[in-house]
Amino acid sequence: MLIRIRRAGDVRESEITPEGLYLSRRHFLAGGAAAALGLSMNPARAETALRALGPLRKSGFSATEERTPYEAVTSYNNFYEFGLDKEDPAANAHTLKPRPWSLRVEGEVMRPQTLEVDDLIAKTPLEERIYRLRCVEAWSMVVPWVGFPLSSLLKRVEPTGKAKYVAFETLHDPKQMPGQNKEALEWPYREGLRLDEAMHPLAILAVGLYGRVLPNQNGAPIRLVVPWKYGFKSIKSIVRIRLTERQPRTAWNVAAPDEYGFYANVNPDVDHPRWSQAKERRIGDFFRRDTLMFNGYGDEVAQLYSGMNLRRYF
Amino acid sequence: MRPSLDKTILFIAASLPALALLWLLPTGGLGVNPIREGMHYTGDWAIRLLILALAITPAAKVSGAKKLFRYRRMIGLFAFFYGLLHVFTYVVLDHFFDAETIIKDIAKRPFITIGMGVFLILLALAVTSTNKMVRRLGARRWQALHRLVYAAGIGTAVHFTLSVKKDITEPLIYSAIIATLLLARLLLRYELLPRLSLRSS
Ligand code: HEM
Repeated sequence: MLIRIRRAGDVRESEITPEGLYLSRRHFLAGGAAAALGLSMNPARAETALRALGPLRKSGFSATEERTPYEAVTSYNNFYEFGLDKEDPAANAHTLKPRPWSLRVEGEVMRPQTLEVDDLIAKTPLEERIYRLRCVEAWSMVVPWVGFPLSSLLKRVEPTGKAKYVAFETLHDPKQMPGQNKEALEWPYREGLRLDEAMHPLAILAVGLYGRVLPNQNGAPIRLVVPWKYGFKSIKSIVRIRLTERQPRTAWNVAAPDEYGFYANVNPDVDHPRWSQAKERRIGDFFRRDTLMFNGYGDEVAQLYSGMNLRRYF
Repeated sequence: MRPSLDKTILFIAASLPALALLWLLPTGGLGVNPIREGMHYTGDWAIRLLILALAITPAAKVSGAKKLFRYRRMIGLFAFFYGLLHVFTYVVLDHFFDAETIIKDIAKRPFITIGMGVFLILLALAVTSTNKMVRRLGARRWQALHRLVYAAGIGTAVHFTLSVKKDITEPLIYSAIIATLLLARLLLRYELLPRLSLRSS
C-alpha cells in the first residue's frame, strides 16, 4: 500500500490528465471499450492508487502524437517474468515488491555505487518524455514516461577508458517473478547498449508513466527506455547496470539469434523472419501505419550508426 | 426436410464461438489489440473443429457408433468456416487488402505459405462437400480428394507451431492429438486396432 503525500511541487492529477480518462473518440471501438471497462471494473488498478511524481520538466524530445490510454499502456505488456500472454503481467505482477529497491552500478567505472531507487527519484530532476514505443511484434503505443537521461547516471559513476558497452539486468527472484520458474528465456533478463547509445540524450531510465510511479507490470521501479529500438531492448525492473569492455549477452538474442539482434533498431526495411516490419498497428487504431526508420528518431540517432550495415547488425 | 434435433444442437454449439465474437468485440473482451487477438481466437477454433472432424472416422470405427458419420460434414464445414474467419481477419482486418504485404508474406514466410495451403485444401473440401459433388466426382475420386484433410491437419499443426514466438507447448499438444488421430487411422486401415463395429454390424 502506498501512502500518498502531496508535496508543494506535486503535479495535480488534473494537470496530468487533461482528458479525464484519456479516452477519445478516435480510439478503436474495442480498445476504448476495454479501457472503459477496465477502469470501471477494476478501480484498484487505476493509476490513482500510485504515487504521483513531480515536479516534472517538459522535454523537447517529447512526441506530440496522441498518447495511448493509461489502461492500454498498463494492461498490454510483454514481461515474461509474469507470464507469456500480454494480459498476464497486469494480472500477476502484484507479487513484485518494487520498494525498497537497490540498483547496483558497477564494472568498468571509477565510482561503483549502490543506489536506493526512491532516493534517486527524490534527488534527480525528473522529466516527462512522451515517446513512441514500437514493439518488435509490429504494434506500437505513445507513452508519457517520467524519468531522467541514462547519461546522467553513467557520468556519476565515471566510466573508465575500457568501458565500451552497458549491460543491464532485471531482478532474478522467482518468488517475486513467478514466470522465472519456467525456462521461457534465460534468466535474469539481460539487455545491453553500446556506450555511445547509452549516453545518447534520448536514452532514459524511466521511473514513472502518466505522472506517477511505474506500475509493476511496466517495469517498476526503474526501467530503461530507448525509443529508437524495439521494445524488448527497454529492459524492466533493473537491479544491475554494468559497464563492460565486451558486447554483453542479451536475452532475446540468446533465445533466437536469427530473429532478434543486439542492436534491434526499429527498421522498416529489415523484416522479422515471420512478419514484415514495414508497418505497425498503433494500439487503438484500425489501420496500420508506416513504421519509421529508427521509430522516427533518425534525426537524433542516425549518426550513431553511420557506415554500419544495418541489415547485418539488425 | 426438417433438420433433425441432434444436428440442430450441433449447429448451434459449433456456432457459439463465432456468436461469442459478437459479444466480445464491442465489450472489449478481446483486449486492447483485438485484431491480433482475433487471429488467435479464430485460428484456435479452426484447429479445434478440424481435429473434431478428423476424430469422427476413427471414433466411429473403433466404437461402432456409425451415427457419428452423420456429423462429419457439418463439423468439417465449421472448421472451414473458422478458417475463413481467420483468413478474413488476416486479409481484411489486419492488413486491409494490402496486397504487397500479403503476397510477400505468403511467398516468404513458411508458416503463412503453409496456412494458405491448408486454407485452399479446406476450401476445396467445402466446395465439394455436397451430395451432388460426390455424385459428380464419383465416390473414388471424391474420397481421394477428401483424404487431403489429413494434409490439412498436419499443415495446421506445422502452421501453429511455426507461428509462435516462444513456448511451443500448446501447438505441440494440438500436434500430438492430430498425430494420434492419423496413427489411429493407419492402424485401422491395417486392421491393427480392434473394431467394435464388426460386432455391432
Ligand atoms: C492464408 C491462410 C492463413 C494465414 C495467412 C494465417 C495466418 C496466421 C497468423 C498471422 C497467425 C498468428 C501469428 C501470431 O500473431 O502469433 C496464425 C495463427 C494460427 N493459425 Fe493461421 N493462417 C492461415 C490459415 C490457417 C488455417 C486454415 C488454420 C486452421 C485450419 C489456421 C490455424 C491457426 C492457428 C491454430 C493459429 C495459432 C493461434 C494461436 O496462437 O492461438 N491458420 N495464422
